[in-house]
Amino acid sequence: MAWNTIDRNEPVVDADASPVLSEAVCEKIKTFFPKYPTKRAVLLPALHIIQHEQGHVSWQAMIEVAELLEIKPSDVFDTISFYTHFWTKPQGEKVVTVCRSISCELLGGREVLAACKEHLGIGEHQTTPDGKYSLAVEECLAGCDHAPCLIINERMHKRVKPEQVPALLADAGNADHGLPRSDLFDPPVATNGSDEDVIDATSDVAEMKDSN
Amino acid sequence: MGSYEPVLLKNLGVEGSRTLEVYRQSGGYAGAEAALKMSSDEVVEEVKKANLRGRGGAGFPAGVKWTFLPKDRERTILCVNADESEPPTFANRFLMENDPHMLIEGIIIAGFATKSQVAYVYLRVEFHEQFHILQRAVDEAYEAGLLGENILDSGYGLDVYLHRGAGAYVCGEETGLIESLEGKRGWPRIKPPFPAVEGAFGLPTVVNNVETLANLPHIISRGPDWFKSIGTESSAGPKLFCVSGPVKRPGCYEGPMTITCEELIYGDDYGQGMVGNADVKAVFPGGLSMGVLTGDEMHMKMDFDDPRNFGLLGLGTAAAVVVNVETDLRDVLMNVARFYSHESCGQCTQCREGTSWMYKMASRIAMGAGRVEDLDLLEEVASKMGMMPGYSICGLPDGAAFPVRGLVQKFRSEFESYVSQQRAGRAEAVLRVLN
Repeated sequence: MAWNTIDRNEPVVDADASPVLSEAVCEKIKTFFPKYPTKRAVLLPALHIIQHEQGHVSWQAMIEVAELLEIKPSDVFDTISFYTHFWTKPQGEKVVTVCRSISCELLGGREVLAACKEHLGIGEHQTTPDGKYSLAVEECLAGCDHAPCLIINERMHKRVKPEQVPALLADAGNADHGLPRSDLFDPPVATNGSDEDVIDATSDVAEMKDSN
Repeated sequence: MGSYEPVLLKNLGVEGSRTLEVYRQSGGYAGAEAALKMSSDEVVEEVKKANLRGRGGAGFPAGVKWTFLPKDRERTILCVNADESEPPTFANRFLMENDPHMLIEGIIIAGFATKSQVAYVYLRVEFHEQFHILQRAVDEAYEAGLLGENILDSGYGLDVYLHRGAGAYVCGEETGLIESLEGKRGWPRIKPPFPAVEGAFGLPTVVNNVETLANLPHIISRGPDWFKSIGTESSAGPKLFCVSGPVKRPGCYEGPMTITCEELIYGDDYGQGMVGNADVKAVFPGGLSMGVLTGDEMHMKMDFDDPRNFGLLGLGTAAAVVVNVETDLRDVLMNVARFYSHESCGQCTQCREGTSWMYKMASRIAMGAGRVEDLDLLEEVASKMGMMPGYSICGLPDGAAFPVRGLVQKFRSEFESYVSQQRAGRAEAVLRVLN
């Protein structure tokens, strides 16, 4: 089911690599422990959190999450390789997932996919050179009443027409669904405040450096 | 059908229907309150009396499923199957989007009836927006003392956790779901042991569909007799129907299981007919897996029994996708075959190989390089897959076989005419390249 393969000519992990999972991410993953009878059951939530933060799940991250959940790294990869939603290679900032199942295809899903490919200049499961977009195709997204549909990150776009695709992909807000978010599977924010606080904090640091 | 009073979709279009406040205004959580005053066994008995059959596809009576749990169990796990991945089904999505508290109330009742301490809602990952909606509703319910310890001062406690999947159709199969919940690949398990005896984490486990659970509050508040007064004896209660494809009003509608497929497509309260008044060539009335009807078979009743008379696997998810006369059936066949070859988990040989061979043959036919013997071969492969001939662990290959076999059998003359209109020698040329 997965489209990732292992290149055995290259060493997969650098033995001296520094950890990629921050203390905060590990702590967040640990908050799931009381919910499940086993630590391994936290694997899917953990992978969601890691992927949300890093955009993909790297080999190094697999090793670290395995240690955290007291399982083998191969167990982690075994699970990852089964699911289409976990990526072992970096993806674009936004992932466009186009539905190719029956209802969407009957109502022009193929043309929407073709328009996405043409506009982004990439094929299925590829990423644009600027790293902005990745394009995926998936089976039924359960949006058949709004066919043809596609998902950009977390937002479903309904009844998409091929001619709307360029404007849709050019719209900076195309991934905002406007719903109150649950941060359950989000990576922890570095400070206690909102995203804006984080940006302020970093700009303060930059200013401090500048003034020095 | 104007007289039908919606039950599951009663709050559809009501402003703020996602909030606890609005849900309570229309009598929400009265069912849970009443259930918690009864004993667990009494709740099971009520649901059994109502003959609530599972809405996820198999149609197994929910109350009976609960009685398979061992009597002397100490812990029970309730799994809520919200991995709705069957094309073209979206009833669970619709329900969770519009009325998440109805599901939560159903979870409380099912949890109490099965004496579960914890419920995991296995939500497919593509339900991003629905996840945020449902999680908010769960948070609201915790704040209001409807979840957690000592719910409504009854002494019963239940924790509800949302568990997000990661994009695998087979995780909608109950043991596949359990494996996935345990952090493994979603490979369905060999049964027995059945989940009721040894399910998630080795504990007795019940897996119920979202729509099944949403019926529970109403059964408890209004009683099993009211429930049975809707529909027929073997197909009792309200049901959500989905209709999509080139119909005028695609969507999710509620009705009794006495309606026909034709009504679902043409009825004023349902699909309202075809776009451009085109004729119907084929319908997949119960999700792809159940098989296909021709335009002349649309008088089929959308209940649990009638589909079998039309060579279908069952009612399935009662989600119809309509194919109009202008559509090339070769594309439909290829789309269907591709779905199962992509989603086969790979455990059982005949499913892993069979689905991919069916896809290869279907693609060749769609490329204009089919052969008449491919049709026979497709039929043969399809008749040798799945649980019904007894070769597989789960029902996925049956679901793959029925639509493919149905298409080839019911529309054979059409496929033959496609093949006969191909350029001479093309099939052989393409085969040479592929081989």
